[in-house]
Amino acid sequence: METLYSIFPELIRIIVCAIGGAVIVFGNALVMGYAERKLAGHIMLRPGPMEVGFHGIIQLVVDGLKLMGKQLVVPAKADKPLFMLAPLLAFAPVFVPLLILPFSDKLQGFDLDIGLLLILAFASINVLAILIGGWSSNNKYSLFGAFRSVAQNVAYEIPMLISLLAIVFMTNTFSLRETVAAQSPVWFVVLQPLAFLIYIVATVAETNRAPFDLPEAESELTAGFHTEYSGMSFSLFVLGEYANMFIVCSVATVFFLGGSSGIPLPYFEYSGAIWFLMKVYALMFFLVWIRWTYPRTRFDQLMNFCWKYLIPFSLVNLLITVVVVKLI
Amino acid sequence: MKSYFSVIFTGAWSLIIGLKVTIKAMFSPIVTVQYPREKLVITPNYRGHIDLIKFEDTGSHKCISCGSCQRECPSDCIVVKGEKREGVKGKVLTVFTLDFTKCSLCGACVEVCPTSALDYSNEYELAGGTREEFYYDILKRVEERE
Repeated sequence: METLYSIFPELIRIIVCAIGGAVIVFGNALVMGYAERKLAGHIMLRPGPMEVGFHGIIQLVVDGLKLMGKQLVVPAKADKPLFMLAPLLAFAPVFVPLLILPFSDKLQGFDLDIGLLLILAFASINVLAILIGGWSSNNKYSLFGAFRSVAQNVAYEIPMLISLLAIVFMTNTFSLRETVAAQSPVWFVVLQPLAFLIYIVATVAETNRAPFDLPEAESELTAGFHTEYSGMSFSLFVLGEYANMFIVCSVATVFFLGGSSGIPLPYFEYSGAIWFLMKVYALMFFLVWIRWTYPRTRFDQLMNFCWKYLIPFSLVNLLITVVVVKLI
Repeated sequence: MKSYFSVIFTGAWSLIIGLKVTIKAMFSPIVTVQYPREKLVITPNYRGHIDLIKFEDTGSHKCISCGSCQRECPSDCIVVKGEKREGVKGKVLTVFTLDFTKCSLCGACVEVCPTSALDYSNEYELAGGTREEFYYDILKRVEERE
């Protein structure tokens, strides 16, 4: 009985965290799906979704219902178990990083000493999902999309990790909460602007978004790795993509923009989440903005940019950071 | 080595200019027209299918049923018929139809009309489910027009 009493609050906590994670994943996909289409429209001098509800506000709900009602078509020569596994693998791992993100001082599922490592480890499962999806579709477009995705993600993970490592050297911890706490006077974006820039560029490539959306380049590969997917298995890829965007922007917020710090509000231990979400969505707006501004890079340009510019610069940045940290 | 760094700065600057262009576009007014609810005003020069002109002074058209348009039509899509009536000078128009599925919008009928009774209409919403919807009765159109 004693153990039950001690376990019970933890169980409640786990359930609340799981529900909160699901709410964030689906709510974020709804908001971002709508915002993306609306912003794309306004950038192209057209209104975007207008028909369903006031200014098309429930368009994404209707789209979701449509996708749920569609048939899951498996190509005849596809590797069926892997084909069905890939969307789940793209979607399921996004819940884990949400559990350890510090939305505010007290709104955090769990604070782990290895928080950053956990997030990066689970974020990189996405590559595996894309590779499995592209391979098992038995379609050359899908396969090319998957190949490109793997080459791109493996390359761009390096500058991303190195730029975050510079922050880790400054704070001496992998814990997200302590990283936020270390930025109480100045945000790290002021001290590490180059690392921030490199991180943002690398995340655009990591989340396979334009101008680095080579894995699903419409003009060359129809839809890349998810060419053969339909209905809910397609929408799981999209949900996973938006959730990944949310996670990488949250990591940028935690490591560079001071997490939930901001002008104090009442009940700041909880309402700090408002600042956190505002920063995250400002970054997401930036990602959408650049998606509808820049043309897609060529594949060799993409690789050159990573290996010739981002990695050397992030290494130099790390070296300078280490020397300065050692001297101070 | 010098070009390595100059590429970074020129490239970054061009990217910033690009962002400026799109953010300006985002806050500028929408140019698309929400078609079924909003419609553009069609220029009077628009050349739709032909129509008889209704003249204010007589309250009717000026067609004398000469059949010039029917003969001139290269696509053979106009049918004009008239008849003599007691006490009326000249012929009275009884049939004026246009098979718009064959019309090539050349305008020869408008050019040739001796009384300038024909003109182009401003009709552009020309969707239909059957072929018969495009067999226009021009005479009925001119009588029904306000």
